[in-house]
Amino acid sequence: MSTASVSSLPYATAGHMGQQRLPEPMGLMLDRKHTVEFQFEGQTIRGYQGDTIGSALLANNFWMWSRSFKYHRPRGPLTMAGHDANSLVQLPSEPNVLADRISAASDMVVTAQNVNGSLAKDKDAILNHFGRFMPVGFYYKAFYKPKGIWEWWEKKIREKAGLGIADLDFKPEYYDKQFLHHDLVVVGAGPAGMSAALKAADGGANVLLLEENPILGGALAYADFDDVSDPEALRRELIHRIQSHANISVMTNAVCNAWFADNWLPVLQGKRLFKVRSKQCIMATGSYEQHVVFRGNDIPGVVMSSAAMRMMKLYAVKPGNNAVVLTGNDDGYLTALALHAQGVKVKALIDMRESRASRANSPLTKQVEQAGIPIRTGYTVYEALGHQHLEGVDVRLITGKGEVAPVGDTIRCDLLCMSAGYMPAYQLLCQAGGQLSYDDQRAEFNISNLPDNLHIAGSVNAKHAIKQVIADGEQAAIKALRLLGLNDAVEQPVECGKLVNFEWPIFKHPKGKDFVDFDEDLQAKDIINATRMGYRDVQLVKRFSTVGMGPSQGRHSALPTARLVAKATDRNVTETGVTTARPPFTPEKLAYMAGRNFDPYRQTAMHHRHVELGAKMIPAGVWARPGFYPPAGQLLTGPEGSPLNPKAKAIRNACIEAESLHVRSKVGLIDVSTLGGIEVRGPDAAELMNRIYTFGFLKQPVGKTRYAILTSDQGVVVDDGVACRFADDHYYVTATTSGVDAVYRLMTFWNTQWHLQVDITNVSTAFAAVNLAGPDSRKVLEQLTDLDLSPEGFPYLACREGSIKVPAKNGQPERSIPARLLRVGFVGELGYEIHVPTRYGEALWDLLMDAGQPFDIKPFGVETQRLLRLEKGHIIISQDTDGMSHPGELDLGWAVSNKKPYFNGKRAVDIVMKRPQSRKLVGFKLPSSVVGKGTKPEEGHIVLAENLAGADITGNVTSCEYSPTVDAVIGMAYVGYGVKGDQSQPGSLIPIRVDGGQMVMAEVVELPFFDKEQKRQEM
Amino acid sequence: MPFALLKYGLSNNYPFEKDADLPPPTALKKRYDVVIIGGGGHGVATAYYLAKYHGITNVAVLEKGYLGGGNTARNTAVIRSNYLTSDGVKFYSESVKLFKELSNEFDFNIMYSQRGQLTLAHTDSAIRAFRQRTEVNTHFGGNTELIDPQQIRELVPTLNMNPGHQPVLAGLWHKDGATARHDAVAWGYAKGATQRGVELHQLTEVTDIVVEGGKVTAVKAKQGSAEHTIECGIAVQAVAGHSTLLAEKAGFRLPITTYPLQAMVTQPVKPFLDPLVSSPAFHCYVQQTGRGELVFGGGSDPYPLYNSRSTLELKEQLLAHAVELFPFVANLKLMRQWTGLTDMTSDYSPIMGLSPVENYYLDAGWGTWGFKSTPICGQTMAELVATGKVPELIKPFGADRFSEFRQVNEMGATAASH
Repeated sequence: MSTASVSSLPYATAGHMGQQRLPEPMGLMLDRKHTVEFQFEGQTIRGYQGDTIGSALLANNFWMWSRSFKYHRPRGPLTMAGHDANSLVQLPSEPNVLADRISAASDMVVTAQNVNGSLAKDKDAILNHFGRFMPVGFYYKAFYKPKGIWEWWEKKIREKAGLGIADLDFKPEYYDKQFLHHDLVVVGAGPAGMSAALKAADGGANVLLLEENPILGGALAYADFDDVSDPEALRRELIHRIQSHANISVMTNAVCNAWFADNWLPVLQGKRLFKVRSKQCIMATGSYEQHVVFRGNDIPGVVMSSAAMRMMKLYAVKPGNNAVVLTGNDDGYLTALALHAQGVKVKALIDMRESRASRANSPLTKQVEQAGIPIRTGYTVYEALGHQHLEGVDVRLITGKGEVAPVGDTIRCDLLCMSAGYMPAYQLLCQAGGQLSYDDQRAEFNISNLPDNLHIAGSVNAKHAIKQVIADGEQAAIKALRLLGLNDAVEQPVECGKLVNFEWPIFKHPKGKDFVDFDEDLQAKDIINATRMGYRDVQLVKRFSTVGMGPSQGRHSALPTARLVAKATDRNVTETGVTTARPPFTPEKLAYMAGRNFDPYRQTAMHHRHVELGAKMIPAGVWARPGFYPPAGQLLTGPEGSPLNPKAKAIRNACIEAESLHVRSKVGLIDVSTLGGIEVRGPDAAELMNRIYTFGFLKQPVGKTRYAILTSDQGVVVDDGVACRFADDHYYVTATTSGVDAVYRLMTFWNTQWHLQVDITNVSTAFAAVNLAGPDSRKVLEQLTDLDLSPEGFPYLACREGSIKVPAKNGQPERSIPARLLRVGFVGELGYEIHVPTRYGEALWDLLMDAGQPFDIKPFGVETQRLLRLEKGHIIISQDTDGMSHPGELDLGWAVSNKKPYFNGKRAVDIVMKRPQSRKLVGFKLPSSVVGKGTKPEEGHIVLAENLAGADITGNVTSCEYSPTVDAVIGMAYVGYGVKGDQSQPGSLIPIRVDGGQMVMAEVVELPFFDKEQKRQEM
Repeated sequence: MPFALLKYGLSNNYPFEKDADLPPPTALKKRYDVVIIGGGGHGVATAYYLAKYHGITNVAVLEKGYLGGGNTARNTAVIRSNYLTSDGVKFYSESVKLFKELSNEFDFNIMYSQRGQLTLAHTDSAIRAFRQRTEVNTHFGGNTELIDPQQIRELVPTLNMNPGHQPVLAGLWHKDGATARHDAVAWGYAKGATQRGVELHQLTEVTDIVVEGGKVTAVKAKQGSAEHTIECGIAVQAVAGHSTLLAEKAGFRLPITTYPLQAMVTQPVKPFLDPLVSSPAFHCYVQQTGRGELVFGGGSDPYPLYNSRSTLELKEQLLAHAVELFPFVANLKLMRQWTGLTDMTSDYSPIMGLSPVENYYLDAGWGTWGFKSTPICGQTMAELVATGKVPELIKPFGADRFSEFRQVNEMGATAASH
């Protein structure tokens, strides 16, 4: 037993050695002529241009980068490739930054995450010793007894949650988007991707080659191979051919972050999201080196073999002085040789594989032996020793699957490199429907079931010898060329060859801290115990234990978890499987998806006039509309303009009262351009109208309008408008601002089946329109048109096509604007709706305002219009109707024809109209004094069956305003009717519960509230 | 430190067999009194209440995948009762009451977290609708109020009050709004049900419903390549996302259209957002989980589909809106995007109760409101199974309401609030 403390100085004592580098040609990424300098945890770090934050930290001997999620254990580099969560650090405005991926830049201020106190002395590190009290899923088993205590615990637990800190004052930066189209996209520019791109480009395909790293080459840039003597020369040759090829576009630092149906690929590069559509796609995404599970496998200084290789070859960082290499394949031998070549003393090469005669004589073994490195086959590291940095390893003989001898020996070292095998980078392929099956012989996952236009090559396809990797890339390209129609050649399968995965690199320790998942601090027993608790499916294991749910999304935990769960539940690894990989592939800033984040909305042709007049603009569907026109200095915008703000409410009320009185006494002008408009032309125009809307339209005379109601398949009133017949074969029908698109869709939907001889066009934005209303409106309009406006010549409910005169001015002769005029009475005054082509909208507004000047014309807004129509008892669809309002409830039976065989929704309307009714929309009235008492009903207040707090709800207030014209509070409400007792008779008193729970009794009255004889609109 | 944790820590052999939440798999029997199709939250809750309140334990829950792996796993765990109709509010309020007791009832922490839900109004019409929801909710004992921009600022200081051209004008503040560990709800019910003798069979896919003389008599199921015919007295279907497909096997059609609904989650950051915040106008809602992740959800996909793939388009739209509402989240990183299948009815209310097939009961049409109904749905469905009578609380939600045009319209109270 060798748990005796190792007291010598660890290799890495923060900062005391200054920047140290290996000589060239190590440090492929570095530009040694330019230095960078930044802060980490308050200390100055010096590095070279080309360094990542992480490589610069290592060059300055900072090996502890972060603290772990649950136990606050020291963590440092693991992959050096941005594949793990150990390297997450905090920038001032950005949490969770991958230190081993993001380039170091001068003036950066980098701090550690998930630390209470300092990185070296984290107060929460005590949690490391309480691990046994926090078994897997412990939070499901505690904190709720006695009842109510959870609320207290929850706060405590939440405080410990989260990794980085969000900068709440961060202002979004400029991000945008671009589309790209290619014959073939190759994802990953390692040897497989590069050879695939070249082969396809030679065959005439237009190729985009994507690489997430700053340089091309993949493993050729950092790894050594037993079948290629000079990988760097091969890399340079491939790059040269790619760069000189006219058919290949290359993007580096570009991450293909998802696969969506039909090769729709979001690619992140710089501050831009490229949306790439590709006919064919080859994923040469490589594979992730896997760790060995043993106690202490997370101590800084324990790294993947490939990480040590990257440190040396890419960043010229010497990863340690005394190394042990733990391997289950030949790659560990290559790592040992590379370390030795750079002056690292390799104290042992521990090969988990059994001793085999064939290997004993292999050239690699000989080379390692010649370098004086002791090889121990059939052994493993059972425990890594040390606290903030690795100090030694406990080495044991392997006696069975995951089992070791009771005693071993300690090797002092400051670096441990792990080579246990590889996991294909299957994430994007999984998103495309790829399935993983485990090859027990090779102890490796294979991917199959891909779409026809998606191919894989290289180590993601279980090819590991470099020649096979390159051949595999070429064969994938041949297949893509054939499917692109550029070549007839048929691809040939490539052999797998080299074995790289050790079948059981898991050595569970009774004292734990043998991590399967570094992100979530999950140990081997946590995974096994989850299955023992009954969570046997790998998806349930994930959900119960949180394995794979951290920032690295299971890149290293998926394989050991699948193996452990399979063993624990007595199934094979294929049956067990891995959890589903979902987009995105790497964590992506929301800014990429949001892009420029523009928020389009529609302005009418008269918009600028409203703004000039100081209108309070309000959103109406996709439009902005003037609500009312407050006096100068009283415009409240933004949240201050909320009707719940008493000041804003007072301004609004004063405005709409004044504007409404003005319309009633003189003349007003409102922009109604946002109304929907649909043109129905053709011999069957009337027939289509007749089938869509509830009224009869066949006999509607030319030159007349008719009210049009649309009901749904549920018999609910969903839209209304005015249908103008300008000719036998020409209707122009209006629809509500927010409903018009659905109405248009419905008409065209049906007519694809009916085949009526009509042309249906949504002309909502082709017309601008105003309503000129008030007793003086005729006098204003007379000046601008030659149409006969007399009550006989242009009576109420008539419509006309004519023109509006533009008087001669500034040397311009008199001109005219074509216009459609409708005499309708929504606000209950003599009035004309005037529709003109949108480009004349502003001119029309100006003409009417000028012509109206002698009559004191004033604009009025939508809010005023709502009051005016309420005085007339006209409903607004969706304000006075809801998802259940049928024509009977709205007293609109008169607008539903019983004579015709069909209209949209007829079957349902017939049924609901016959059923006993339970409510009805009525008018009600209250004395104006309720306004002062604060008991005025508001829209949305409920009507009760009786004046009792617990009485049944019978309805609700849909509209309610103080009307200066009537000098009372008037409103409309649903009230009980028929089966729910009748509250609808004029004179009934209905209990309305208003703010603060008070009840007021309102009197039901007949509609309209004003001008019951309807004389004003018919003048 | 809670006592429960000491217990685990001091044992070298934890977990013992008795500590297991779910029993190991067993063989299917030939016959059960009740077969529940679908091992999601609803299915196991129904089984739990059948065993607990009605002593009916010869029950099998058949799940084609894993326990709670459908929409129970995919929903964003919003619990609320601030609906619009009286029928809806009464039903969901009962559910909220039951939820609050579940951890202690199960002896399993579902991490019920009452954070309050804030829905934003950007228009006058939204304020009208919110006022009505406030009043109806208050009437039935709920804890809901209409609040002004100043109160919103105090609740959520990080919210952009002027997003796009649609400033925040008011909020519907539903104090009862909560979240819970959604998986744990299904596990807790499964634990309680199996402890009482109910059998849970995962990886068991129902392939057909046997109907004789208008009455269900058995279901056919597949386990791997093995096929079984399982006789039953009563069958309940609780297969959100696939309700129409299963009903078809029973020989009838349901007025349901299935749409994908997507959600997404960021990396965890330190807590800054307590309430669940939702903006129907921006088709976006957000909450911060106990782990510190931000969860975003929004509107359904625009076309019907039975496939739970993710799309780029929805992600772009939803996150653009999220950044409008909380600009600083532009710099946070998205970790995962996923999709569930929502069975939408035309009135945005569920379908519960009898079906055209005798002894075959429906628990369907759960659109985006299924998780929050889990306890009350389980309890009322169990009562229906045990007594054969439709409980008063779920009478309004019968499938017959569509042919009779008696809808329970919750459309406005459902959009992007889930």
